[in-house]
Amino acid sequence: MLFVVATVFLHLQIPHEETPAKKLRLSKPSKSAALHIDLCKATNSTDALQYLLQFARKPVEAESVEGVVRILLEHYYKETDNSVRLKIASLLGLLSKTQGFSPDCIVDDAINTLSNEKSHQVLAQLLETLLIIGTQLPESPALRLRLVEVAYKHLSDTYFGVRNKCLQLLGCLGMVDAPLGKENEGAGTSLGGLRDVQSIISDYFGDQDPRVRTAALKAMLQLHERGMKIHQIIYDQACRLLTDDYEQVRSAAVQMVWVLSQLYPESIVPIPSSNEEIRLVDDAFGKISHMVSDGSWMVRVQAAKTLGSMLQVSPHFLEQTLDKKLMSDLRRKRTAHERAKELFASGEFSSGRKWADDAPKEKLDTNTVNLIASGACGAFVHGLEDEMFEVRIAAVEALCQLARSSPSFAEKCLDFLVDMFNDEIEEVRLQSIHVLREISTHITLREDQLDTVLAVLEDSSRDIREALHELLCYTNVSTKECIQLALLELLKNLNKYPTDRNSVWKCLKFLGSRHPTLVLPLVPELLSTHPYFDTPEPDMDDPAYIAVLVLVFNAAKSCPTMPALFSDHTFRHYAYLRDSLSHLVPPLRLPGRKQVYGLDSVDSGPGSGSVESAQLFLQQSLNRVSTIQNLEAPGAQDLLDLTTRDLLRLGELQTELAGAADFCATYLRCQLLLMKALQEKLWNMAVPLCLKQNVTATAAAQQILEETYKLEFLYSGLESRQVATIHHVRLQAKALQLVLTARTRQGLDLLIGSCEKFLQDVESFQRLFLTELPHLQDSFVDKLLELMPRLSSCKPVELVKILQTTLRQSGLLQLRLPEQIHRATATIIEPTGESDNPLRFTSGLVVALDIDATLEHVQDPQNTVKVQVLYPDGQSHVIHPKPGDFRKPGPHRHRLITQVYLSHTAWTEPSQIEVRLLLAYSSSSTSLTSPSKLGWSESLESLPPAEAAVEGTIPFSKAVKVFIMPKPARR
Amino acid sequence: MPEIKVTPLGAGQDVGRSCILVSIGGKNIMLDCGMHMGYNDDRRFPDFSYITQNGRLTDFLDCLIISHFHLDHCGALPYMSEMVGYDGPIYMTHPTKAICPILLEDFRKITVDKKGETNFFTSQMIKDCMKKVIPLNLHQTVQVDDELEIKAYYAGHVLGAAMVHIKVGSESVVYTGDYNMTPDRHLGAAWIDKCRPDILISESTYATTIRDSKRCRERDFLKKVHESIERGGKVLIPVFALGRAQELCILLETFWERMNLKAPIYFSTGLTEKANHYYKLFITWTNQKIRKTFVQRNMFEFKHIKAFDRSYADNPGPMVVFATPGMLHAGQSLQIFKKWAGNEKNMVIMPGYCVQGTIGHKILNGQRKLEMEGRATLDVKLQVEYMSFSAHADAKGIMQLIRMAEPRNMLLVHGEAVKMEFLKGKIEQEFSIDCYMPANGETTTVTTNPSVPVDISLNLLKREMALGGPLPDPKKPRTMHGTLIMKENSLKLVSSEQALKELGLNEHQLRFTCHVQLQDPHSDADTLHRIYTHLKSVLKGYTIQHLPDGTVIVESIVIKVSSSAEDSNTKVLLLSWSYQVKTWTLFLEAAALPGVTTKLSSRHP
Repeated sequence: MLFVVATVFLHLQIPHEETPAKKLRLSKPSKSAALHIDLCKATNSTDALQYLLQFARKPVEAESVEGVVRILLEHYYKETDNSVRLKIASLLGLLSKTQGFSPDCIVDDAINTLSNEKSHQVLAQLLETLLIIGTQLPESPALRLRLVEVAYKHLSDTYFGVRNKCLQLLGCLGMVDAPLGKENEGAGTSLGGLRDVQSIISDYFGDQDPRVRTAALKAMLQLHERGMKIHQIIYDQACRLLTDDYEQVRSAAVQMVWVLSQLYPESIVPIPSSNEEIRLVDDAFGKISHMVSDGSWMVRVQAAKTLGSMLQVSPHFLEQTLDKKLMSDLRRKRTAHERAKELFASGEFSSGRKWADDAPKEKLDTNTVNLIASGACGAFVHGLEDEMFEVRIAAVEALCQLARSSPSFAEKCLDFLVDMFNDEIEEVRLQSIHVLREISTHITLREDQLDTVLAVLEDSSRDIREALHELLCYTNVSTKECIQLALLELLKNLNKYPTDRNSVWKCLKFLGSRHPTLVLPLVPELLSTHPYFDTPEPDMDDPAYIAVLVLVFNAAKSCPTMPALFSDHTFRHYAYLRDSLSHLVPPLRLPGRKQVYGLDSVDSGPGSGSVESAQLFLQQSLNRVSTIQNLEAPGAQDLLDLTTRDLLRLGELQTELAGAADFCATYLRCQLLLMKALQEKLWNMAVPLCLKQNVTATAAAQQILEETYKLEFLYSGLESRQVATIHHVRLQAKALQLVLTARTRQGLDLLIGSCEKFLQDVESFQRLFLTELPHLQDSFVDKLLELMPRLSSCKPVELVKILQTTLRQSGLLQLRLPEQIHRATATIIEPTGESDNPLRFTSGLVVALDIDATLEHVQDPQNTVKVQVLYPDGQSHVIHPKPGDFRKPGPHRHRLITQVYLSHTAWTEPSQIEVRLLLAYSSSSTSLTSPSKLGWSESLESLPPAEAAVEGTIPFSKAVKVFIMPKPARR
Repeated sequence: MPEIKVTPLGAGQDVGRSCILVSIGGKNIMLDCGMHMGYNDDRRFPDFSYITQNGRLTDFLDCLIISHFHLDHCGALPYMSEMVGYDGPIYMTHPTKAICPILLEDFRKITVDKKGETNFFTSQMIKDCMKKVIPLNLHQTVQVDDELEIKAYYAGHVLGAAMVHIKVGSESVVYTGDYNMTPDRHLGAAWIDKCRPDILISESTYATTIRDSKRCRERDFLKKVHESIERGGKVLIPVFALGRAQELCILLETFWERMNLKAPIYFSTGLTEKANHYYKLFITWTNQKIRKTFVQRNMFEFKHIKAFDRSYADNPGPMVVFATPGMLHAGQSLQIFKKWAGNEKNMVIMPGYCVQGTIGHKILNGQRKLEMEGRATLDVKLQVEYMSFSAHADAKGIMQLIRMAEPRNMLLVHGEAVKMEFLKGKIEQEFSIDCYMPANGETTTVTTNPSVPVDISLNLLKREMALGGPLPDPKKPRTMHGTLIMKENSLKLVSSEQALKELGLNEHQLRFTCHVQLQDPHSDADTLHRIYTHLKSVLKGYTIQHLPDGTVIVESIVIKVSSSAEDSNTKVLLLSWSYQVKTWTLFLEAAALPGVTTKLSSRHP
């Protein structure tokens, strides 16, 4: 642990010390000297150890490392105490990791220390140091060779730690490119040059210490990772280790066998106890499958995970993993005759599902049934039933991977995945639903399977239900009964959980568009039309009826014969739904329906063309507005008014541009308000006479201010240009406020204060938007800045006068649209606000209200989104949801599922409270100061005191009313 | 050869009355002490007179181990300890110790109070018996006496069920009790380490069954209950109070919770509540899910499951009722069954085994008209379903356990003979180990091959290790030199020097000598020198010394030269070597000396 801390410290310190370069050089000799003195001073080993420990906490510069190493080594040879030598050895390793230091100069010394070392622990530590040095110098084959030789020499040590490290060294540094033999012959090592790294490492697969066996396997895996081709001979040895007594060995062996199966999938290996042969990958698959019923769950997880990536396995073997009964078939190929017999024989096992079906029958050839799974048999059946959910999840994931590459297997594993929908751990259920969705392109659900899938729709967990809806969106079904079944269950779901409305509708949309031909025969029944009689017109507001219509309309899209079956009201409902739920109902070509057709043609091409034309329209509107030179120009107000209205409508029609259109409209409304406020006659009237108008102007100024905050914080994708424009408007509003203050209030002190504050605002504006100033020519602020020297020295009254004229004369600042601009929106799905049953609770206690909302385009919702509860008496609570309450189902989309606690004193009768979502903002965290910097308290202090941060909240969802009734507590 | 003897007093080729005697390493151990549900006479308890006719059992048994609380494993306990008389230690796990007396008391009440039997054990006897119990923890090695140690492993099956590993010296036996290799809703799977016992005594209830995935079973069960409830029908589930009932409760409880169902679930009360209390307490014995979530909510604190009252059976609307007993032969479950049997909307689900003759057995076999007492007949219109929720290992599970433990011999108990026979064949074929299936009273003897531990001095070991090459290949035996000392029941391997020292003997050296004659005209010293130089050139890498006293020493071989009395040209070479280097000398003789001789002779033809 210490090492890690120290290295981190090193890295942090180095850049800091770079600047005072001279100082560093001065301290260099002193550092090593200090250590030297310390070590000399140390009278006993405990002291020395203490010094070393202290030393390890301090960083060492790259230049002085070598000196320090020399001193340490010098002391090393003198030291008799093992622990001190151990510490020195570890320090050597630590030091050679120093950035900018090349450890090749200390290699010789480090190797020399090994020769006289008696303590095994120290030896192991020294080897570790060599390993570090070796990995630091990857470009030196000669050095590697030397280190590898050292490792060979110590491989026969009696201490497991030393052997471990040697194997690690071999694994990390052993020659990849060529067998070691050739180079080695010259060197003439005692172990003989003919053996290569792999065979030496594999000798230790049989070591007496399990830790060494693990290390040997790991070293071999390391070699593989470094690109050496592992010999196939290793396979048998690795397989033997699968039955080791120790779990870490088995776990590593599973990996090893897997690696080999990927390297030599097609080689043929013999089957023991028979003269037949199978592919290696199949054999390995069988063996790893076996490990899924291992005694240690770590190994089981490892095995289950590994199985998922063995895609080359033969389908025959793959399918066995889902079977518990066919057992010996795996090992030997049989004649068809034998197989038939076996099929018969397998009947002697009872399944436990029928009473007394295990009653003894006539004796059959029991030899054909092999009880123990000597192969892949039932691996997944076991894995999916495992006690530990980790194993189950791993098995589900492996199933997914295998099923994706093999459609036939996907078909087979369906039943098992569906069974997992009933797992006791929600995570597993969810995972298996997701997996089924992923492989659902391969499969068509049968009716009975669909039935079990649909049963989960009643689950009380929203996540599960929604995952299932998602799954149904991608599912293929085979018969019209399936469609009917699905619809029925979905309607049941809708009935039970009305909040699932949107999700269910969406699900039906896909179901309809996927299976038009299956829906067709159902249409009369679904719409309850009758050949002779008119049936009553269904209620258009019924979510279930809408659901049916969504299914039918989506199917009708690719089935032109369907509309012929519609009755009159269906067409009317279509027109209505097409308008109100345009994302769920596709455009249809309905023959002979003019009004529908006409509406159709307007929206019919929701392709890129219409977006472009809308964009063009937006741009044109803006251009038109920009022709307004002066705020007082005649007709300007009307133009602004009209444009604002156009833009708002455009936003409604074209959802892609809603953000941009809204943004522009709001901006223009600000301008309009400003314009109106300035055009009031009040400016010419005497102060006492215009109190009333003054009020409207003040309100306008206030409103503009609020709108600017909305503009700044509610929209994402703003560039600094837009931010500057917004701030500009805000400045204008502030100027207006100032002017109004000057007119109404008489107190001079107050006025002086406000003036100063305003001037500060102007300055900070200038500071913040220095780069943007060129774009703001001829604007209010531009003019102000010109007059700045005069302003700062003049009297408040004069300042007000100047402001007033400047405000009125300054032109309209043209708005430039950014590429992508989105408005943050929030929709509260739950509570719906439709309930008439009040939530009753005892006053003084709390009641929990479930809130479910979707948020779009909200950045960092964990910190900004809050829930506001407004009581009828005007009391308001703001609740900050926990970060865990936010989920992220898609890009730019968040989901808030939380609970808020309500409480109040007793009421006499139920009443409504309002719940809405707020977006909190703080002007100090604007885009100009990066949030990461704010984290450092020092940097905050160093900044000049910014303008007082304005903090506030913007309501950005519709308020939902909830009926509650706090009852008086019973005594 | 040492032997382990196993004699089942009950459960030999039979289900019920588990009681097995094991003699191992001179210790006698009794495993389980159960009763047979099918009998009401003496046959219900094991025949303790097999052990001793008139002496006390305590003198013959070293300990008694109870695997779990089912009555067929512990029902005869008070009878044995209090009425027959046994004062030795009784071992069981904590949950078993807690729940066992409840069941015994219930059993006593039914037998004595309801059936009116006399000469049965009393409540006080149950209490006294429980006082002798020593609780066990999982994986805790308990030393019964100096030689006998036992260790418990998790067995699944029911709360607190354990497998025991019994060990005397290097001989060991594992007794599984009842166990389950697939986890269920409230318990985990059985687990044992690779302990390689001499005998594995395993239950074999489901020797010929390979069960479907438990998920299928659960899903079917839930689906059936759910459908019936949706139809507005009533569902009766006859259960025994403990074990499966809790699993099914959890299953239904979580299903109700997940699916937001409102129909009531009732559980007929009685001993269940007491037992449920223990289920709540022994959370460590349950499965992963319950262990992990009990902090938020203990799964055994049921929200939807309420206590049943007799009057509820007539309530309208759907409901689910768990009622005892499980085979519909008496009690509440039968009463409810009679009430509900007439309506085809209702359903009865039998979750387990039914003994022949019970109503449960009859309806499962498709009987639709039942004769009740008093000649009344009952039309069975309700649906009858069978779901095996039994928590015994199936054939595959048994094989899996064998693979885990790697025993040297296998012994099957607690199953039907025909089925055992099948499994026995499988085991012998698959693992090539011997498998036994003794009947009650039949003794199986297994000879063991225990390893004999020998102490070895560390120095000797190190010395010998240094001699033999590099370390790998631990499997290959290696010979070493040493002296085995047997002294006072202990074995010691020491170096020969130390052995001599300990025995107070002097070391004797054995030397071999031989004379070789050769012709050489040189003087003695010269000849010796020539031999010396020759040897030096031939035997590189060995220490060869020419000592001033006229000898040449090659390693430990001494060579001397003297002229023969008759002919000064004939030299006699004296070679002397110790016992250890015998082969060496032969080599010298064979290779070096002929060389010398020929050389010497060639110079002087």
